This record gives sequence, C-alpha cells and structure tokens, in this order.
Amino acid sequence: MFGKLSLEAIPYHEPILVLAGIVGILGGAALLGALTYFRKWGWLWNEWFTSVDHKKLGIMYFIVALIMLLRGFADALMMRTQQAIAAGGSAGILPPDHYDQIFTAHGVIMIFFVAMPMVIGLMNLVVPLQIGARDVAFPFLNNLSFWLFAVSALLINISLFVGEFATTGWLAYAPLSGIEYSPGVGVDYWIWALQISGVGTTLTGINFFVTILKMRTKGMTLFRMPIFTWTALCSNVLIIASFPILTATVAMLTLDRYLGMNFFTNDMGGNVMMYVNLIWAWGHPEVYILILPAFGVFSEVIATFARKRLFGYHTMVWATIAITVLSFIVWLHHFFTMGAGANVNAFFGIMTMIIAIPTGVKVFNWIFTIFRGRLELTSPVLWTLGFIVTFTIGGMTGVMLALPAANFVLHNSLFVIAHFHNVIIGGVVFGMMAGLTYWFPKAFGFVLDEKWGKRAFWCWLIGFYVAFIPPYILAFYGAVRRMQSYPNAEWQPYMIIAFVGALIIMAGIACTVIQIVISTRNRKAYEDVTGDPWDGRTLEWSTSSPAPFYNFARLPVVGDIDSFWSQKQRSNEQLDNAPYTDIHMPRNTAAGPIISIFAMIFGFAMVWHIWWLAAFSAVGMLVSFLARVFNDDIDYYVPAAEVERIERAHQQRVEAQA
Amino acid sequence: MQQPFYWRRAGTLVLLALCLLLAGCSSALMDPKGVIGETQRSLILSSFGLMLIVVIPVIVMTIVFGWYYRRSNTMAEYLPDWAHSNWIEAIVWLVPVVIVAILGVITWKSSHDLDPHRALESETAELEIQAVALDWKWLFIYPEQGIATVNEVAFPVDTPVRFRVSSGSVMNSFFIPQLGSQIYAMAGMDNDVHLQASEIGTYGGRSTNYSGAGFSGMVFDAHATSEEDFDAWVAEVAQSPDTLTYPEGYSELAERSSFHPVEYFSNVTPEFYERLVSSFHTGSDPDTDTQDAPRAPAIDSNEAYQTTDNQADGEAEDGQTISNEAGE
Repeated sequence: MFGKLSLEAIPYHEPILVLAGIVGILGGAALLGALTYFRKWGWLWNEWFTSVDHKKLGIMYFIVALIMLLRGFADALMMRTQQAIAAGGSAGILPPDHYDQIFTAHGVIMIFFVAMPMVIGLMNLVVPLQIGARDVAFPFLNNLSFWLFAVSALLINISLFVGEFATTGWLAYAPLSGIEYSPGVGVDYWIWALQISGVGTTLTGINFFVTILKMRTKGMTLFRMPIFTWTALCSNVLIIASFPILTATVAMLTLDRYLGMNFFTNDMGGNVMMYVNLIWAWGHPEVYILILPAFGVFSEVIATFARKRLFGYHTMVWATIAITVLSFIVWLHHFFTMGAGANVNAFFGIMTMIIAIPTGVKVFNWIFTIFRGRLELTSPVLWTLGFIVTFTIGGMTGVMLALPAANFVLHNSLFVIAHFHNVIIGGVVFGMMAGLTYWFPKAFGFVLDEKWGKRAFWCWLIGFYVAFIPPYILAFYGAVRRMQSYPNAEWQPYMIIAFVGALIIMAGIACTVIQIVISTRNRKAYEDVTGDPWDGRTLEWSTSSPAPFYNFARLPVVGDIDSFWSQKQRSNEQLDNAPYTDIHMPRNTAAGPIISIFAMIFGFAMVWHIWWLAAFSAVGMLVSFLARVFNDDIDYYVPAAEVERIERAHQQRVEAQA
Repeated sequence: MQQPFYWRRAGTLVLLALCLLLAGCSSALMDPKGVIGETQRSLILSSFGLMLIVVIPVIVMTIVFGWYYRRSNTMAEYLPDWAHSNWIEAIVWLVPVVIVAILGVITWKSSHDLDPHRALESETAELEIQAVALDWKWLFIYPEQGIATVNEVAFPVDTPVRFRVSSGSVMNSFFIPQLGSQIYAMAGMDNDVHLQASEIGTYGGRSTNYSGAGFSGMVFDAHATSEEDFDAWVAEVAQSPDTLTYPEGYSELAERSSFHPVEYFSNVTPEFYERLVSSFHTGSDPDTDTQDAPRAPAIDSNEAYQTTDNQADGEAEDGQTISNEAGE
C-alpha cells in the first residue's frame, strides 16, 4: 500500500533531526494557525499564490530562497563544526552517513534552491520593468515555474524527516548514485526534486527569452537594453540550452535505478564517465546562468551610484555573449584527472582561460565606470566593490585550476572548494545582496536600512576571507573535499579558523534579517513615493514604487541607452498628456499551484515506490493542466478610468510629499 | 630610532602573513619529493605570479578609484557622459589577451610534459604497481614480484613507477600529494600515472574523490626506500601466510570496510588486475567469473569511449594515453 514507506523511515534515532523535525513542525503549525486566526488564507491565495504578476512571483522566489538559505547555511555550520573537531582520530559529532547527507544537501540547496531562485526572482522583478512591458510573455507559465520550484524545495525538506537524503555529493556522480551503491531513497529524493524544479527552470528560460525578444517597448532595440536585461537574456539562453541536458541525464539515471537499465553502471556496457561528462555539460553553463545576472546587477548599481554612463556598454554586451558561448566548451575542466589525453586536456584548459578575457574586460569596465564618476558609497556599491576584489581573486584561482598540469595536484582538494565559494559568494551572493538592496524599494515602496546593510556587507566580506583562506592553504597540505574526519592533527587550527569565518558569515545573514525587519517596521520613515530613490537610469525607476500591477500606465518610448536618465536630463520636455487607455492584463490562475502540488505528490510517491499514488497524481497533473488549457477566461481589461484613478492617487501622494 | 623598530616589526608581521599564505615550506605541494611534483609546484607559482600582473592593479584600482571618486570628493573630475575610450578599451582587451596567450602556451606545453600517461625518462627500469580502489581501501599488486598489499605501498627511490589504476567499485582518485599528479580510478578502465620519488621517506596517500561512507579512511602510506630496503620489504611481504586469489579472495577483500589495516599477500593469482578490469566489460559478477573463463570481448562502450580519446589525441601509436590492454 505504501511502497517502501514505513514508520522506520522517520529518523527517531538522530537527535539533531528529531529536534529539527519538532522545530519545523511546530513552526509550520504556528504559521498555519496564525494564517487561520487572522483569516489570511483567502488573501494569500487570491493575492499571492495564484498571482501571475511577475513582481509578486519575484518576491515569492526571494522569500523561499531566503528560507532555504537558512537551511543550507545550517548545513554549512554543521560541516564546519564537524571538520573543526574531527582531527587526528576524533570522529567528531556527525557519523559519516549523516555528514555525507549534509554536504550533499548543502550543495544542492545552495545552488538549486537559493542561488537559482534569487537569480530568477530578480529577473522576474526587474526584467519586464526594464524593457517597459506589462508582464512576461507567458504569465501562467511563470506562476507554474515558481510553484514547481517551491514544491521541489518542500520535497527536499521532507527528506529531512521522512527517509534520508542522498549521500553522493551534489552532482550524484554515477556509479555511486546507482542502485547498487545507493540503494536507499536519498538519491530518489535528489532525482525528483531536481526533475520537478528543473522543468520549472526550463519554462522560466523559455518565458524570459520570449519576453525579452518580443515584449520590449517601442524604441528599445537590443542595443538599448539595460545591461541587466542583456545578462538575463544570455542567462536564459543558457537555461534553454543546458537544462534539457540535466533533465535527460537525470532521466537516464532514473531508468537505471527504477528499471534496472545500464546507462551509467560499471558493467553491462554502462559508461560512468558519460554521466560525469553530461552532468558537467549542464553544470558548467549553470554557473554562468548564476553569475551573468549578477554581473548585470553590478553594472546597473555602479552606473547608477557613480551617476555616470556605464563604461563600454557595447564591450560589456559582447563580453557577455562571448562568455555565454564559451561556457559550453569548457566542461571537461571539471575532470582533467579522468585521464583523457594531453591534447584534450590542453584544449579545455585553454578554452577555460579564454573565458577569463571577456570576464577581465568586464571588470575593467566597472572600474572605468567609477573613474571620473561621483560614486556614492551605499551598501549596493560596497557589495560591488567587494565583489570586484573578491571575484578577481576567485578568477585567478580558477585559471590556476584550469591549468591541467596544476589541476592534477589541486583537483578535488579544498582549493576547489575555496575557489568556487570565492566566485559564488563573491559573485552570485554579493550580486544578489546588491540587487536585493537596489531593487527592494521598487518591490515594496520603501528602502532598506543602510546601517544594517553595511554591517551585513562587512560581516560577509570578512567572514568569507576568514572562512575560505584556510581551505586554500590546507589544499597545499593535501586536504581534500568531503572528509568526514582526517588523521592530520596539524590541519585542525586552519579548520577552526574556517569555522570562525562561518560564524562571521552567520552574523552577516543575521544583519540582513535584522535589516529587513527594522526597515519594514520603520517603513513610513523609509518610504519612497517618487519611485526613483537612487536617481536611476533605466525604465523601472520611471514608474511608481511599488510598481502598479500593470507596471506602466502609458508604455514608455525609448530613444537611448539609459533612456530614463536622458529623459530626466531634458526636464523641460513636454509631459505626456495622452489619455489613458484600457490595459489588457492576464487573470490570476489556480492551475499553477494545483499542478505543482500534484507534481510534489507524484515525486514523493515515486521516491517511495507508491505506484497507485504516482498514477493518481500524474492523472491529477494532466487533468488540471487540460482544465487550464480549455479555460478561455484568462484575461481582462483594466478600464482607463481605473488606471486614471490609480495614477492620480499616486500623483497626489507625490505632491503631498513635495 | 622608533621608526626602524616599527618597520622591522611590520616586516616581521608581513613575513608571518606571507608564511601563512604561502602555506609554509613544509606543505605537501610546496615541498614535493618527486620530479612531477616539483614541476607542478613551479607551474603553480609561475602562473600565480603571472596573473598577479593583472590582479594586483585591479584590486588597487578598485579601492583607489572607489575612494577617490567618492560622492563627497568634489575636487575629483566628473564626466557623467564619458563612457568610451579607444585607448582604454584596447588596453583592457590586450592585457588579458597577452597574459592568456602566455598561459595558453604554458598550458599546452605542461599538459604534454606532465601527461600522467607519459613514461618518465630514466636510466633505471620502470616498476609497475597496480592500484585498485575498493570500498574503502587501496589494493596494490606487484605483478613482477607476484605480491600484493593493502593500504601500504613501497617503491625504490629514483625509480620511475608506473601506477596502473582501476577500481573494483565506484570512482576514486589515486593521489600521493608529495609525488605529484593524481588520476581517477574507474571500474573497468585501465588508467595510469607515472611518478618517481627523489628522496627516501614515507608520504601520505589517499583517495581524493568521494566514494561513500568510508571515504575518509581511504588513506595509505607510500614508502620511498633504498633499493635494498625495497628488496627487504618485498621479501617481508613474500613471507606473509596470506595469499590473494581471484575471484574468491578478491570477493572477500572487496567487502566494505573503512580504515582497513595494512595487509600483505605473498602470492596473487596471475593476471589478477587484468581479470578484474575486464570483469566489468562482460557485466559478470566477479563471483561467477571462473578461473578459465574466456577473456571478455573488446567491444564495450567504456572502451570505445577511450579509444576515441586516443585517436583524437593522435597519440594512440606511441601508447602514452590510456591503453585497454585488459580487454585486448
């Protein structure tokens, strides 16, 4: 009846998990109780869960990402604690089975359920506003993408209390992830969480690709698009091209595990290295999917706060495109030590180094944007400056790793760990923090507290170096990644320093939480009614904050890069007094959440081999999808009078403020 | 008098910091004991130095520009529409291009010079040791000596050693940090790495590629000894009452265990390594493989994959890349 699922799947014997489970259940119950008590269910469902508004979806992506960041960071702290203790024969506090789940979960969560939703959330919030559109090309798909992602995050968290998570490392290399070496349900949780959220990501990629190409406002040619939109476009091209590889690879692993096939087994003609090749053919573009939009954020932030045009706009665009193309021909640098010949290794090594050229050019462009500017040292700017310094160092260690002959001693060592945290924290995290602070007023109508923002920055920056310089050093002593314990007592001091670094980063996360709480509580004082708190350059600042659900009462016309800035320069320009017109908008839909809930049940049923439930939920998905397809009532018109009322109310607020 | 003292103390601090940053002189990779490791050390240091040519100016410019062009400094030049300069664009493209070009040449040369499949040039005859990754221990087979050990390996100093590396289980990576290059150990694949120790000593070795619960215990000692000590060690192993047979003894050894104690086997079934590698080609379980079963046919996807690599390299003829002797 319940497949492999029985009461034994609940980890009673693990005190940490039991505690986490109790806290999770109590917290969840309290939240649900509060929602019921304050009668917020209807509001939540109608205004948020079923919303197709890209801004609300962006906010929801960020909320889930921040919650998952806490989970992923708790994993990081446990790993640092374990390695700070388990030296010279000590077993530490976490047995291998538990420790292995933790580092696997940490990687999976941080990449798929923190970095990806932050990047996609930011694209949701910003891209339609930057191109002067009223929504994305496929609003329902956008809602569906979010919910597929959200239920996958839930599925990962269920694995904490029901069964186990994978103990394979975040990419689940075959044959370790095969049924022979990982017979438990851990890898199955990994498979279905990635497949379901992966479908969502692919749909997002298509959605934003079409949105950017087809829905730009009048006059916005490709080479007048803001840089963030450019990087989002390239990132979505990468999603469309690479996520199908992930889906196919994981599908083949699924066939191996469920139907006894032999794509990636040691014997029967399986090829384990094909798995490693395929997963990195997706995995390397994936890191550029994350970093390109972060580059975009820095470009916007630095130009805005230096009150100066971005240096070398065209160079920036072409560098982004070059990185996009090159990111597909470097994947083998993740496994030079497979033993491919010298020519193959040299090719992939040199290709990897070539990526450093456009990246280096971007760095110089940011620096020369500051040059002859008037840089306001706000917290987004601090994140940007911290990024340039940190990311440059990360890029340098990346090139060292790209030297195949040097890689033969650095591969799989803590040098690799330090390198990719160097670029992901220094690049993606700093970028998302800068973007969060920069666009927060556009989403909520008030700015974030600067004092706590700067504290968060300094904690993250210092914490990063304290936590990740020791692993760079330890690599030279032969320390490798994923050690549950190590016999070398002389490594311990470095591990303890790294642990302290993690604590400093934790203080940084706490500062961000305090920042959001304080700013929300004092939101009257931090209010921005102008819609343009930073004296911005691009279209999103031309509408009110928070932007009305239709984004623009009149669609803007663009004649320049930084069109809003140049419009402000020509302040004597005649105001647009054209009458308002009816606005065509998509209706909210319950199809996204319903299909996704069925998808989660399907994933859970497949993990536990509950075949009847899997069949039932598959039918549920299909039926609810068909119901949506045959629903013709999916759009409506906002009457011009209503638009006028909303706009007039906004103008009155601006005038009252002035 | 104050100032020199102050500077001296600052200098000491800088030195201390440098020592910490450069991982001292005693770390495995910075204190290599073999020709491969030495070349890799100088490669790491020279590429590091080369890139500092860009990295240091970038860091300095970021901080200096960020400070000098701050909002409150109204003395600084402010050109809000200045966004292009052919000179600057040329330089910011050219400098990285030149450095990457130099690094590219270094990459090409060093990839070939330090190709792990390439035999080392030496007067001394090469010693072959077969290393097999098991859950979670290393089995070393000496085909010429007819002995085998677990979690301990020895070889004479200044003698080129060809490690043939494979796995009886999941993927691992064979690595003795002080000697240099690591290489993946993959079931059904006959990989190899050539190493040579230049100094007598005991060097730690381990698997670097995570392979499951017992991974942390997949460590072994590598002894680089004098010729006489090596012979004595071989003799000692040959005294062991234990022998290793294929497939029965192997199946027993392959049972999961971590922090496995050192074991010596005075005798090994001939072609143990080759039979183990090819056992994955048929898909048969080692348990059912009998002593006189025919060798697996050489048609198999692993093999096809590697053959393609060899041909792509154009190096198949000089035998420097992975050879699938086991299946041929």
